[in-house]
Amino acid sequence: MALSGIQIYKLLPQTNCKECGFPTCLAFAMKLAAKQVELSACPYVTEENKAQLAESSAPPIRLITLTGGAGKGAGGEVKAGNEVVMYRHEKTFYNKPGLFIRVQSAESVAAAEAYKVNYVGMDLTIDGFALEADSPTAMAETVQAVRAVTKRPLILISQNPEVLQAGVSQLPGEKPLLCGADASNWENMAALAKTCGCPLTVRAESIDGLADLTEKIKAKGVEDLVLDPMTAHLGKSLALYTQLRRLALKNTRSVGYPILSFACNATDELAAASQAIAKYAGFIVLSEFRPELLYALLVLRENIYTDPQKPIQVQPGIYEINAPKPESPVLVTTNFSITYFAVANEVEGAGLPAWLVVCDAEGMSVLTAWAAGKFDAERIAKAIRGFDVASKVSKKRVVLPGHVAVLSGELEAELPDWEIRVGPREAVDLPAFMKQALN
Amino acid sequence: MPIEIPKEKWTGKVRVVTLGATAAEGGTRTRVVTVGGQACMPFLHFEHPTPHPPVLAIEIKSRPPTDWSPILMETWGEAIRNPATWAAAAEAAGAEMFVLWLTLEDTPEEATQAVRAVLGASGLPLAVFGPGQAEKDNELLVAVAEAAKGERLLLGICEDKNYRTIVATALANGHLVSARSPMDVNLAKQLNILITDMGLPADRIIMDPTTGALGYGIEYGYSVMERLRLSALQGDSMTQFPMLVTVGFEAWKTKEAKVGEGVPASWGDWQQRAIDWEIGTAMTLIEAGADILVLRHPESVKRVKAAITELMTA
Repeated sequence: MALSGIQIYKLLPQTNCKECGFPTCLAFAMKLAAKQVELSACPYVTEENKAQLAESSAPPIRLITLTGGAGKGAGGEVKAGNEVVMYRHEKTFYNKPGLFIRVQSAESVAAAEAYKVNYVGMDLTIDGFALEADSPTAMAETVQAVRAVTKRPLILISQNPEVLQAGVSQLPGEKPLLCGADASNWENMAALAKTCGCPLTVRAESIDGLADLTEKIKAKGVEDLVLDPMTAHLGKSLALYTQLRRLALKNTRSVGYPILSFACNATDELAAASQAIAKYAGFIVLSEFRPELLYALLVLRENIYTDPQKPIQVQPGIYEINAPKPESPVLVTTNFSITYFAVANEVEGAGLPAWLVVCDAEGMSVLTAWAAGKFDAERIAKAIRGFDVASKVSKKRVVLPGHVAVLSGELEAELPDWEIRVGPREAVDLPAFMKQALN
Repeated sequence: MPIEIPKEKWTGKVRVVTLGATAAEGGTRTRVVTVGGQACMPFLHFEHPTPHPPVLAIEIKSRPPTDWSPILMETWGEAIRNPATWAAAAEAAGAEMFVLWLTLEDTPEEATQAVRAVLGASGLPLAVFGPGQAEKDNELLVAVAEAAKGERLLLGICEDKNYRTIVATALANGHLVSARSPMDVNLAKQLNILITDMGLPADRIIMDPTTGALGYGIEYGYSVMERLRLSALQGDSMTQFPMLVTVGFEAWKTKEAKVGEGVPASWGDWQQRAIDWEIGTAMTLIEAGADILVLRHPESVKRVKAAITELMTA
């Protein structure tokens, strides 16, 4: 069970030495209880109390890391776990669930491996592959074939530990997810996981079944576990995943592990995978490589895992909409993603070419940024000059959002050789404005 | 030792709201739609049964749309030529109700005529939304509300700028309002307070918290809806209303749905992507508590309906 701030305080030295950076031991204890600091910041806590505190301060959902053939670093690892809330607005969701494609053929692996899609300036990709085989030889061959094409982390699927062993032996230095242990084979699976140090799934239909297996396997010395609740039924999985997350957050250690979702087994894969992304999965297996489905899921995952306190920002810069020419109009807005999209979409949808200058307004919308002093004449002028807009256009005319019409005078002073125009307040009125007022 | 499943003990409940009135109730609808009544977060049947599953509305327009995706235009074909044939086609496609969206070009007479045509073509409940400019909405919706007195229409868009007029006509003519606020818990609540202060019974209010499509701000809509629903369950009376989301409107205005050429190959098949965009948006918002989803494509209706059926069984 998690300890309260007072309980933690009793285990601290209570000397108020301030070396942890907090004025009192009590203040430090409160921060520990809120999981906002590490116990290691206190140099004087006794070993005995440290053990007790470590147990209680362990994250409610264990962090599980899969490693691929490229080792640690970008693209080489997939992490799940360490989540602390039920709803993203309470804090944020941390580790985006890994998307794994089930291997059907060598061609599909190559296509999925090469897949990359740009979303608000980020390149999104899949995380790895899941492969299944029914004999050790077949597993070894499949792993070799897949490794010839991709280094991404793998999920190896078989009920037979020997088959998984054959796969693991082809992957020196890697940590694939072994899938997995059930009530019939758990002892051998635990032994294999212990030897190779790879995380292991436990498979059962009920929460009691899952908890029973994790406790037995943990007793054998394997701690990196993942739960496979064996359902892709929308109603059942929503209830089960919610219950598992709740129990974990209430420090039920036996289910404090990430969840593996086989969305590939669902009646509607998109519906199941969307649910798994929003509702608590740590790893998601998809049936095949289908770009349009993957694009939707990768975007949804970015959206749901955005920190609600830090809105997605667009890279400041000059954006070309509908292949603008030198005589096309120059529009200005902020780098709050929704603001950017509202403007870009309207102009793009109307088929009008334009240069869109996105100013660094620290991710705030036009009015908010203006009120906070992050979107003023100086910043706009800096952007216009910094992105060298003048070199791209033949007509030095810039359109301000209507909400900051008040800036036009100052901007004229900052950009003396530019014509400053005030556009509409709302993006939706931009196309009409551009057609009527800018010709 | 078996693990005890933790259950939330909520004190509040979402209000039950019925759209449409049968002949016995003073209208002409052959079917009505009832939403709300939840006493827990969406579909957690182990805590409370879900009394009314989410309802799927299909959006139709008073005149053929000029800016819709070619995919939608092709799918509906000739049906979009008039609201009556469109309504019949939408009912055949699985709609449980319609949202008739009026346009800026409509005169009050044309709007009324379109509403009569839809009411005549189908017995399903109807929502009528104005084009979204407060003055025009008032002009059209007052005429519509009077002409369809007693039908328990859902009138929108009722927002801070025009709620007085819309609520007054809903009160006078036995209709409901769809209270729209821009993605903010407090603004939603404030509008609901203003509307109930005018004397409109609370079981005649649906709230539209506004949302964005997948990739275009869905996370804001999603979290606002979760927070509104949690607040309702915690007992805040002014958030205990069923929620409507205009999924089709949001999803089909994205480039992903609208544009088939000159987009990255990684976006995949256009037709499939466009429909997936609508379904992905719908399914995510259903998990956040959406009660009425306004969709545009028949395939989305079919698949979202199947998903709801699965969510309703455990």
